[in-house]
Amino acid sequence: MTAARLRRVLLYAGLVAVGLLFIGPLYWLFSSALKEPGDIYQFPPRWLPSWHVENFAEAWRAAPFGDFFVNSLIVTAGGATIKLVNATLTAYAFVFLRFPYKNVIFLVMLGALMVPNNVTLIVNYITVSNLGWVNTYLGLIVPSAGSVFGMFLLRQYMLTLPGDIVEAARVDGAGHLRIMWQVVLPMCKPMLVTVGIIAIVDMWNDFIWPLIVTNTVEMRTLPIGLLYLRSTEGYSNWGAIMAGTVMVALPMLILFLVAQRQITRGLTGGAVKG
Amino acid sequence: MTTTTAARRGQDDAGADGAAAATSGSGGPGSTARRRRRGPHHWRRRRKEYSLFLLMISPNLLIIGTFDYWPVIYNAWLSLTRWNMISGAPRYVGLQNYENLFTSSSFHGILLNTLTFSAAIVVGSVVLGLALALLFDQKLRGRGLVRTVAFAPHIVSGAAVATLWLFIFDPAYGLSRVVLDPFGIESPRWVNDADWALIALVIAYLWKGIGFVAIVYLAGLQNLPEELYEAAKLDGAGTWTTFRRITLPLLSPVTFFVLVTSIIGTFQAYDMIAVLTGGGPGDATTTLSWFVYQQGFRASDAGTAAAAAMLLFVILLVVTGLQTRFVQRKVHYT
Repeated sequence: MTAARLRRVLLYAGLVAVGLLFIGPLYWLFSSALKEPGDIYQFPPRWLPSWHVENFAEAWRAAPFGDFFVNSLIVTAGGATIKLVNATLTAYAFVFLRFPYKNVIFLVMLGALMVPNNVTLIVNYITVSNLGWVNTYLGLIVPSAGSVFGMFLLRQYMLTLPGDIVEAARVDGAGHLRIMWQVVLPMCKPMLVTVGIIAIVDMWNDFIWPLIVTNTVEMRTLPIGLLYLRSTEGYSNWGAIMAGTVMVALPMLILFLVAQRQITRGLTGGAVKG
Repeated sequence: MTTTTAARRGQDDAGADGAAAATSGSGGPGSTARRRRRGPHHWRRRRKEYSLFLLMISPNLLIIGTFDYWPVIYNAWLSLTRWNMISGAPRYVGLQNYENLFTSSSFHGILLNTLTFSAAIVVGSVVLGLALALLFDQKLRGRGLVRTVAFAPHIVSGAAVATLWLFIFDPAYGLSRVVLDPFGIESPRWVNDADWALIALVIAYLWKGIGFVAIVYLAGLQNLPEELYEAAKLDGAGTWTTFRRITLPLLSPVTFFVLVTSIIGTFQAYDMIAVLTGGGPGDATTTLSWFVYQQGFRASDAGTAAAAAMLLFVILLVVTGLQTRFVQRKVHYT
């Protein structure tokens, strides 16, 4: 065997090992969610699922997954929409409108990226409870509805648009709202999709804030509901717990498969440039 | 995310100026026409534009001000008080909370946990992430599929990933036993053993995150100038020398991005700790961030929680500050 051939064989072996490292646990998750208790509690394990879909019904019985789903959907849809609107309006204003020291204001808003969630936790809880929003959708959504990173991505994108087109629309007498809606936003579509999807993923997966701001089982979102399911089922029913985990993970996995390119671009786009 | 900001700030400002010039139309062929339009209407129009600007940014500004900036100020004040978060009002106690933290040996343990966790994730992310990226950079069949599967856990909820790993770490029926058994190794009790819990946390956390790091490194690798490699080849440089002398130094801005985002990430980690270990056994996996949550919302000790949060904030500020300086000095030579 030549050196080049050996190298390729080793590289493929590495690729297969890495593939197994990531597919293995994922397969374990989905197959366990479909295994009968008898197949889970034996060693060595049975690798093929027994298509025991009752695990899902059981998870649903042990914890109000219907409520969790509704709450997660409302919080994600509401939060991501407001985030996207905020990102768009702010980015447009910073790029296309005049205002004294607007770049200073922009940097000040950007500085919010430096504030870690640990510092905001206690005070935001106090603020939200003063507003009477504890255990409400408002309390779940509003504190996360501002957009800094999305605003930044959109602003950078809008700066690359040809200024002439906007200028031409202005000469034609179009107002800013019309220019934004009919000229600028259609050109920003790829970035809008990216910012929107990142907002959806963030809201769906958020953990610590929903944990703090809700205090009844019926108001919990899916990630917190999963914690609750585990505490009621203990370690005695992995099948049902894995079924619950699938219900939390699957929507984002599907979204990822559909919009892989937009997600990777948004999350890594800022990292490397040139 | 912060790195992004810093790395781009330079080009940012230039862009903003360009846009300002485009909208205000100072100079250029159009300027005479515009000057003619100046007059009584001019100031009214400008006022309208200012109000529209304020109208458009104010919802976002209000939320960020209330839920990002105000907490920093109020949290700083709370760290100087004692309060149970339920009744009465915060009572000023000076630096007492900080003093208590620094003299408590269990807090030293928590700081050590935080640093160990953070260091393990940083080193693991850089080494494994870069290794994966180098692999994905080779022309191999099926690399796209593997790349996708490796990235997927990154966008799944940390609570779900941690729950899956909790089962994998089950010493009797988990996947970890299946993997260790052929080597004749008995599975440790992972999350229930104080010696293994932090290791378990690191493994699960890396599994969720390195796919993302690999993609970031891959983008960096694909941006490296081809010519340098050809020159190195002509000079007869071997693979290892090329990697050490060209690839690694050129990737240093990416490495720094990974470093900083990993540190920031580990310092704000809650979901995986909450599900996998709940900070235990004992304090074995209690990090600074988990300590803030515990003190504030379990022990109802707002002062101690706020003081720990301030400490964490300062550490992160130093880290981002260092990164900004480093990137400004180094990023340009790529």
